[in-house]
Amino acid sequence: MSKAHVYKRDHINTDEIIPARYLNTDAEAELATHCLEDLDVNFVKKVRPGDVVVAGDDFGCGSSREHAVWAIRGAKVQTVIARSFARIFYRNAIDCGFYLIESAEAVNKITDGDEVEIDYDAGVIHDKTNGRKIKFQPLPDFALEIIAAGGLLNKIAAELKG
Amino acid sequence: MGMTITEKIFARASGHRKVTPGQLVDANIDVVMCHDVTTPPAISMLVERGIDRVFDPEKIVVTPDHFQPPKDVKSAELHKRLDAWAKQHKIKYYYKLGRAGVCHALLPEQGHIRPGEVIVGGDSHTCTYGALAAFSTGIGSTDLAASIATGRLWFRVPASMKFVLNGSLRSGVYSKDVILTVIARIGTDGALYKAMEFVGPALAKMSMEARMTITNMAIEAGAKNGIIGFDDVTKAYLDGRLKGKQDYTAVASDDDADYAAVEEFDCSAIEPMVALPHLPSGGVAIGNCAGMAMDQAYIGSCTNGRIEDLRIAAGVLKGKEVKIRTLVVPATPVIWKQAADEGLFDVFYDAGCVISAPTCGACLGGFMGVLAAGEKCISTTNRNFVGRMGSPKSEVYLASPATVAASAVEGRLADPRKHL
Ligand code: SF4
Repeated sequence: MSKAHVYKRDHINTDEIIPARYLNTDAEAELATHCLEDLDVNFVKKVRPGDVVVAGDDFGCGSSREHAVWAIRGAKVQTVIARSFARIFYRNAIDCGFYLIESAEAVNKITDGDEVEIDYDAGVIHDKTNGRKIKFQPLPDFALEIIAAGGLLNKIAAELKG
Repeated sequence: MGMTITEKIFARASGHRKVTPGQLVDANIDVVMCHDVTTPPAISMLVERGIDRVFDPEKIVVTPDHFQPPKDVKSAELHKRLDAWAKQHKIKYYYKLGRAGVCHALLPEQGHIRPGEVIVGGDSHTCTYGALAAFSTGIGSTDLAASIATGRLWFRVPASMKFVLNGSLRSGVYSKDVILTVIARIGTDGALYKAMEFVGPALAKMSMEARMTITNMAIEAGAKNGIIGFDDVTKAYLDGRLKGKQDYTAVASDDDADYAAVEEFDCSAIEPMVALPHLPSGGVAIGNCAGMAMDQAYIGSCTNGRIEDLRIAAGVLKGKEVKIRTLVVPATPVIWKQAADEGLFDVFYDAGCVISAPTCGACLGGFMGVLAAGEKCISTTNRNFVGRMGSPKSEVYLASPATVAASAVEGRLADPRKHL
């Protein structure tokens, strides 16, 4: 069961996702214990594997630290659904093979605590709590290729060895 | 239809005659910037996949800066990993020990940025180098690893927005006030995914250092890059400075290039600005916030830690004493030495400031001036996000070196024009 953790704020930034005071490590499991700490100190206690984070515009703005993606992935969050994403965060997520969903409708219709199921191929979020099916635009092909390869580096490693 | 500078650089780097916004290109990278936070994970990623190699040891520039010198055991481990890797791959330009400095001040100063080239760095403020008519952008560790190993990277060519800076700046007003005004108008996602190109008579008169303050903050408007066309100021800055290859292509936008938007600013009307917490877009004129008590003043960073900035701050502080904890952090060793030689340290010492070695330090809440809960800092840096300089309950206010110095003297937000 995947629960939605909804933070309707815009501009949730990388310092809130993973504060710089924890950047002295790149261990994903350790970063995960501070995931979204400066936004919601209770987030790591509440989140369960497969849950989703829902946010407003410009999610992930600020620093280029990929640690932000790792902290979220490390906390076993399945995806982030936002009205829009900051550029470097978006790119980092794709490069890491982590799927992001851009959908204003989903942000408007999903309520905190709702149970959701996502069909990535079809581009549909099923909010089981309110019974709505919300369509979203799947990522473009080049991004799907990177994700399918398990991230940009796996793709490059395969090409270099190929 | 012609091309913008950014489009021209991408066309050359990807081997196309013409590119258009939205097009995906595979571009050759000319310089890769590496520092102590995002590079060690990139190295690990390469090692794990058996592709521990560098595409060109002369095109990778390395400096530890975020936790320089290491602030604790964990950051010392990061430095150790960075150091071992730089030596193993015989990185030619590895700035270490007493030559390490804040990356975005160091690379242009040391002559690693050439007009017309593509530079990427594992740091969001890599967009600074656009002041030298280059395309430069910040990337994460995976992209960094890919760039290090292959010297190539995928990009979507950004649409360009033109920012016309008209008029001329009044006394006590600086390029920092201009960029805070721009971001206050368009917002922190006002240029999302786009190139911010700056032009106009006010810009033409600015020094290269002042221009770098502007392009440094392009990311704070969500932009992919900030860029300024090549002119005499660019040429004068580059002469005698370049390391390695001496020739470069001086690119400029075509007259009939296409812009997604054009924003005009009358710089003669700009006042000293302060960006209130917790977004860089929170800029207001000093008249609307003067008098608010501060606990710390910070003069440094890749935004305003260059020699010109230190001179401006010293001009305000000369013969006065600060009322709050005030940190002066020259961004590079060369700047540090220059400030010492020019007698600026005497001014700072007499005023009661703490003078630090070059480091990112407290700009990102690392060390050397981290804030306690409830504390407020007036800072020459570029970000005032929640928790940026320490406690999530602290506050950061962004301003020019003059405004920060004036506020240090008064112990509260102050108009620099009274102190010039
Ligand atoms: S000085 Fe601050 S903004 Fe600049 S690179 Fe260092 S941490 Fe980043």
